[in-house]
Amino acid sequence: MLDFFRNLDRRWIFLLMGLSVAVPILLQWQFPETPSALSQAVFDEVEALNEGDRVLFAFDFDPGSEGELGPMATSWVRHCCEKKLKMYFMSLWPVGQQMITDNIKRVIEADFPHLVYGEDYVNLGYKAGNEGVIKVIISDLRQLYTTDAEGTATDNIPMMEGIDSIKKMDLLVNISAGYPGTKEWVQFAVTRYPDDIRMVAGCTGVQAPLLYPYIPEQLPGLLAAIKGAAEYEKLVMDKYGGENPDAKYFEGKRRMGPQLVAHMLMILLIIVGNIIFFVDRKRGKRS
Amino acid sequence: MKRNVPLMVAIIAGYVMILAYFSPYTEGWGEKVMVWFDILAAIAFVLGGGNLLKVHLKKVSDRQAGWAYSVITVVAFLVMLIVGLGKIGVHPHEKYAHMAWSGNFSAIGSPFWWLYEYTFKPLQATIFAMLAFYVASAAFRAFRAKNFEAILLLGTAFIILLGRTAAGPYITGWFPDWIEGLEADKLSTYIMEVFNTAGNRAIMIGIALGTASVSLKILLGVDRSYLGSGEE
Amino acid sequence: MNRENLIWVVLFVIGGAILLGRAMLSEHGMGKAYVKAVEKDRVRTSEPAVYPNEDEQDITWISADEAREQGIDVEALGDDDHKQWTIYDPATLTAYQAEMAVDPNQTTYQFSLSRSVGIWFAAFMTLFVLTFLIKDNPFYKVAESIFIGISAAYWMVVGFWSTVTPNLIGKLSPDLVRGWAMPGLSRDEPVELMYLIPLGLGAMLLWRLSPKGGWIARWPMAFIIGVFCGLRLITFLHADFLTQIRNGIVPLWVTDTAGAFDFWESLRNVFLIVGVLSCLVYFFFSFEHKGIVGKTAKLGIWFMMITFGAAFGYTVMGRIALLAIRLEFLFDDWLWLIDPTNKRVEAVVSMLGLF
Repeated sequence: MLDFFRNLDRRWIFLLMGLSVAVPILLQWQFPETPSALSQAVFDEVEALNEGDRVLFAFDFDPGSEGELGPMATSWVRHCCEKKLKMYFMSLWPVGQQMITDNIKRVIEADFPHLVYGEDYVNLGYKAGNEGVIKVIISDLRQLYTTDAEGTATDNIPMMEGIDSIKKMDLLVNISAGYPGTKEWVQFAVTRYPDDIRMVAGCTGVQAPLLYPYIPEQLPGLLAAIKGAAEYEKLVMDKYGGENPDAKYFEGKRRMGPQLVAHMLMILLIIVGNIIFFVDRKRGKRS
Repeated sequence: MKRNVPLMVAIIAGYVMILAYFSPYTEGWGEKVMVWFDILAAIAFVLGGGNLLKVHLKKVSDRQAGWAYSVITVVAFLVMLIVGLGKIGVHPHEKYAHMAWSGNFSAIGSPFWWLYEYTFKPLQATIFAMLAFYVASAAFRAFRAKNFEAILLLGTAFIILLGRTAAGPYITGWFPDWIEGLEADKLSTYIMEVFNTAGNRAIMIGIALGTASVSLKILLGVDRSYLGSGEE
Repeated sequence: MNRENLIWVVLFVIGGAILLGRAMLSEHGMGKAYVKAVEKDRVRTSEPAVYPNEDEQDITWISADEAREQGIDVEALGDDDHKQWTIYDPATLTAYQAEMAVDPNQTTYQFSLSRSVGIWFAAFMTLFVLTFLIKDNPFYKVAESIFIGISAAYWMVVGFWSTVTPNLIGKLSPDLVRGWAMPGLSRDEPVELMYLIPLGLGAMLLWRLSPKGGWIARWPMAFIIGVFCGLRLITFLHADFLTQIRNGIVPLWVTDTAGAFDFWESLRNVFLIVGVLSCLVYFFFSFEHKGIVGKTAKLGIWFMMITFGAAFGYTVMGRIALLAIRLEFLFDDWLWLIDPTNKRVEAVVSMLGLF
């Protein structure tokens, strides 16, 4: 038995991992979520805004991390739509502009068709330069954003009136998959202008532990990976979901099903691996 | 000319950025330099694409091993480039219907969008998803409680894996009040907020000092390795 | 053919047969995409009151309905003044079926061949990449080669249209950009010859592609490195050094709102400070790690191990979510085994019922 595990072909482990994710998806297992303090803090930051306040969304992610970050982006946009906030979308990632378009289609155009482009939301699109972009738009937005993503001059967009820099935003929401992302926004925007810029973020699991030192002084709220997304989703939908909420707003919760089973598998694999290790060590000592 | 001018360029650009940080009078200089930097970053994409083309065309012309895959890369590159730069299949902007080039290059339904949606997106997402399999294999083969340090690492990973799903509260939710702080979800939060924060804060401070010293070495002209050997 | 290859061939044949059967023989099929046709009917107008000397850029277009309201005889207009085209928004099978139930001849909601082919292509690309788990193989290499080519071109195209066009060409020659690709660009945009500098640096950067004169690219590279150093020197010291020290200054004796000693909060702060200091001692290699320094460094290692354990846990979490979305795509959009977002309520069968 032990020999079997000792010489186990890694493809069996791959198969187990595949099944641990596939089966809960096929059987659509879902589990209850209890929001953590950090997710609650993110929710409270958005809740504290008033109708017409400005929110800058920086969608710094791509399809490679959409599994983790897509659900929180959807919930965030929905939350801001419900709060009747003015939404400004931008991205530091080339593919981020597709993420913006997807979210505008999925949430705003589908469920809030009364919102007007240019008056209630605007897609400023992507600019190259990573943190260099933040450095410029923090003091002069129009140096780089002469037009929106559709090519309309920013001067001719009603909701851009009076916006000369992102310091005019009431809240900055960054959804980040790596570099450039939350770390750069904290470094170049929040730390530089702590009195003018307030930011909350959502990030991948890989980044989350690295961002904790910024909490809460430089980053009052953080949605960490898919778990954070599921928690925030619950908070938003509990308050704004209505009686028959659309299933697309429960993507995070849905994805926590395979997450639980796969986590258990990981724990099991580590335990089995260590049993083999200890048995071998004992045998080695005896011999 | 080949080494001194670039050295001066780097030093001047660096000091402009530093000055711009401290004085409102020089802030505008910093902005201008940053905009140029951002434009260069966009041009660097062209360099990346050109380099890719160069490497793979050479592989094809030399008939190196796997040259057929290079042909696929080159074809994929050129097709994507042509449909994207040429805005092929893109309708004009509604307000400027007489201008064929006025539409958005990635408009839904265009060939560029199709290639993104059905090729780029699944490929990139799946390549990242593959890591789930390898992390499982690595956990089985490499995670051994060999000593106290390894036990700490493993134990923390266990608590986080448990505490960040519904399994944590389910398995440890029965703990009596006086040790409720040890329930997996609460413990994982505590670990993240205290131990992880402390460890990462120290790493952050270390990296900050390292970055500052490397930057200083370059701006003071001590480190000139980026200028190359000087032969070419 | 050896035994292993035979097993794989048999598995592929069985899988292919099930797929074909499900796609062609079942009533509902699978992997089909639907779209909603949206007609665009635009009429050309000009605004002489605003711009007396009308040129191409002053022309704007309004919808045909608006034009009719303004009394314009839309049908009498020529091709230059009246343009029509159709765009196709993504739609669901549920919406398509609902429309067909009302009017079987409707054409607003349609089956989309190109996007259905896209779903199948994306599914096969996903599977091609996953085959690497078995072993390296030509399918994976094909997918990888396509990805490399597509992604490099994607970044180039995005960089060109989003930054180079408006922020470089648009600064040097706003009229050219306005008359070509961005008619919405402000008419007040001045010509800024300063942008010849990034243009020149950009051209020098591209010189790297040339077999000779590689040193020319050193100028822009030096510019990029210099800017980066200046930027990071200050920012890292500010955000990640000074501010972290400030964030780390917390009271070791914490009292609650009533003024009573809060043991747990105090302990938490003690851990935070001791953790940071001991880790920093571990990073400090100017002293030999012996005696009190060695013991403190050892404590630092323990903190680091906990930190790495947490990082591992979170990394696992992230990777699994990425796998989940790919499998969801295969089961939902392609195979139609599940329907979590109610895209095709009537078509989904039990997940065990393959036909």
